[in-house]
Amino acid sequence: MDYKVIFSGLVVGALAVTLTALGNPPNMGYCIACFLRDIAGSLGLHRAAAVQYIRPEITGLGIGAFLISLKNREFRARGGANPLMRFVLGFAIMVGALAFLGCPLRLVLRLGGGDINAITGLIGFIAGIWVGIIAIKGGFNPGRAQSQSKGTGYIYPIFLVAIFVALMVRPDFLFFSEAGPGSMTAPILAALAAGLAIGIMAQRSRLCMVGGIRDIILIRDPHLLWGFVAIFAVTLGGNLILGEFNLGFSDQIAHSAHLWNFLGMVVVGFGAILAGGCPLRQLVMAGEGDTDATVTVIGMIVGAAFVHNFGLAGVPGVGLPSAGQIAVVLCLAALAFIGFGHRFGAKSSSALKEVA
Amino acid sequence: MQKLDVCGLSCPMPVIKVKEAIDAGKLPIQVTVDAGAPVDNISRLAENQGFSVTKSPVEPGIWLLEIE
Repeated sequence: MDYKVIFSGLVVGALAVTLTALGNPPNMGYCIACFLRDIAGSLGLHRAAAVQYIRPEITGLGIGAFLISLKNREFRARGGANPLMRFVLGFAIMVGALAFLGCPLRLVLRLGGGDINAITGLIGFIAGIWVGIIAIKGGFNPGRAQSQSKGTGYIYPIFLVAIFVALMVRPDFLFFSEAGPGSMTAPILAALAAGLAIGIMAQRSRLCMVGGIRDIILIRDPHLLWGFVAIFAVTLGGNLILGEFNLGFSDQIAHSAHLWNFLGMVVVGFGAILAGGCPLRQLVMAGEGDTDATVTVIGMIVGAAFVHNFGLAGVPGVGLPSAGQIAVVLCLAALAFIGFGHRFGAKSSSALKEVA
Repeated sequence: MQKLDVCGLSCPMPVIKVKEAIDAGKLPIQVTVDAGAPVDNISRLAENQGFSVTKSPVEPGIWLLEIE
């Protein structure tokens, strides 16, 4: 048994609880979707005043994964396996995540904080993964990435450093929330350090929220699921100790539109399976030089911008606006087309080659 | 020994290809892999089924796995 993934899960959960104690929003110590949305807002790509901040956790995560993959000779620039499709997948994943109000990581943090609304989200997430596996078994394959010049792999880390510098300099053209979740922030260096630690751990352990459930269904391998369980256990324990555990449907940064929590996370699970990993994993792979994953991340950032420009996000304590409901259904249709239409990439074929 | 190239494939394709090869009785097999996650997944799959895996790095980000 390899305990790296359990250790990573414990560290991720502990750091998420710590970041909340240091100022991040409740049950949002570490949320990939929320943080990318905040970054989109800070860059002015959307104007939702409550969610605008350059989250140093995102810079730390990608740079941590980048540095540890360089050190261990795992960094390699590669890409070109259907980047446009990956953009669409990233976009759809963000629409689903912001309907539910959280990525798969925050789903677990919400469960560990006592938010019962997240249970329908979890069921939807598993259902989405299951549908995605049917698509894979039916022959969905995004195609094969090629090696790229090393410098291409540096673009994403450079972007991360640039936005961190922007956070430190705070030029006038950036937006920073004065109220709402975007104004609730851990100290910059603590957030950066936590991000670095999580990036290193997640890169080493291959922690992936969809991978855990996928591997159970597909190859009966529970390995990655232990990371998921460890995050839940430590956030539950941490919230209980800190008195932050709040069991119930209300008083959460969440809503109780259960059908849309369910369908939102179906989109996330289905989309993430087709993209080859959960949002956290996409950020790690982008740091390792996978430029297709970088395109997925860009899709998520642009998706967040559209979600808030068009009012498609779930509203805490209220529900999902009808425009958001339409967006979720359209994303489901898009994913079904990608997963089952076989219009993109090559069909699965045996890659076995005999030696000449 | 048969060869299998899973470079550039997104998860979970690499591990599925190797599982297909194992199920089809194509061992021993030499697998070329270009990312850390599939290296770990493939090794775990093969070892869980009682096969031995020899891992050798070729260049940064490329490994050869010999499964028998």
